[in-house]
Amino acid sequence: MPVLEFTLIILIGSCIAGLLGSLTGLGGGFVIIPLLTVFLHVDIHYAIGASLVSVIATSSGSAAAYVKEGITNMRLGMFLEVATTLGAVTGAIIAVYIPTHFLAILLGVILIISALLTLRKKAETIIKQKNIWAEKLKLNGSYPAENGTVQYNVSNIGGGFIMMLFAGLLSGLLGIGSGALKVLAMDNIMRIPFKVSTTTSNFMIGVTAAASAVVYLQRGYIEPSISMPVVIGVLIGALVGSKILVKTKSSGWLRWVFVVVVVGLASQLIYNGIIGKI
Amino acid sequence: MAAKAGFKDTDMQSVIGWVLRIGVIVSISVVFVGGTLYLYRHGESVPNYTKFNGVPSFVQLNGIITGILNLRGRSIIQAGIILLIATPIVRIIFSTISFVLEKDYLYIGISSLVLLIIILSSISGHAAG
Repeated sequence: MPVLEFTLIILIGSCIAGLLGSLTGLGGGFVIIPLLTVFLHVDIHYAIGASLVSVIATSSGSAAAYVKEGITNMRLGMFLEVATTLGAVTGAIIAVYIPTHFLAILLGVILIISALLTLRKKAETIIKQKNIWAEKLKLNGSYPAENGTVQYNVSNIGGGFIMMLFAGLLSGLLGIGSGALKVLAMDNIMRIPFKVSTTTSNFMIGVTAAASAVVYLQRGYIEPSISMPVVIGVLIGALVGSKILVKTKSSGWLRWVFVVVVVGLASQLIYNGIIGKI
Repeated sequence: MAAKAGFKDTDMQSVIGWVLRIGVIVSISVVFVGGTLYLYRHGESVPNYTKFNGVPSFVQLNGIITGILNLRGRSIIQAGIILLIATPIVRIIFSTISFVLEKDYLYIGISSLVLLIIILSSISGHAAG
């Protein structure tokens, strides 16, 4: 396939991936890696490198919009970034020693789990009791809501920290933002309000991805000619997606479309991994 | 009046918002220029990415500058990607500065630790590659 055609296919695929990723909040990596490996037969390390770069672009772009609204908890994000970057560096370093077909199967499994996680009902809970560590680390915060400022407390710091190590590890290993896992850690373990956990997770994703991207970059896994259409495509898709999100509030059916697409692609990854084609 | 109140979290948030926005816009523009040049020159050739090809010299840190001077599309794209990867790292530097201005010693420590992890990561990646 000539370069021009190859680039155009990746560009269009990445636009769709960015669009779906921003509408569902899962990020573009979910569709990009299967597209590159299963359909275009690109080496999975190149696919992971390109996905990491696109993750940094979308995370930084949307974080720029979110921080202005004052919902992101900067101290909480910074504190948990210690865990996610440690995990990410470890993941990026061990990724070289793991057989590619195993990476494909693992990615497939994680994609299915994350997609299913987005379907779960979000219950907003505000924790009233104080946690000593949360106070010492100044993690409790507040955010502006329709009827005044909402104060919230953070609980189970240790559990959240360990879960973030794991999320970072997967991000470095597989080149995804692992936003679904980060949100899960903050929602279910640390009991942070959903609005705060999604924006803070997004804020952390860029730094986490950068920590492993510096390793991938020097290994030569970030191939400019593949990353170029991926990063431009995903960013265009994500921009269009965010404009649509402002206009339409509910994206219930879209989540289902996304889950079906991701489960389909993930099964392809797992199948190709098992028969040893990746 | 605002000056008397000193440096606040909200100031830090708008500064960080701008750092991220400028970082993404600049790096993507560089990637776009490099990409156009690359497609113009190599649009007809047939690439093979089914197996890892090793690191081409002109996309390595020391080869990039010569690559850019020779107007190599892939070197310019790679420079844009490096700027993009640097964006969240610069964001941490700005966060650290604002913690210094707020005299929040605990968070000066925590954000320096995150920076240190990333710096060590780039050094270890180089050694292994």
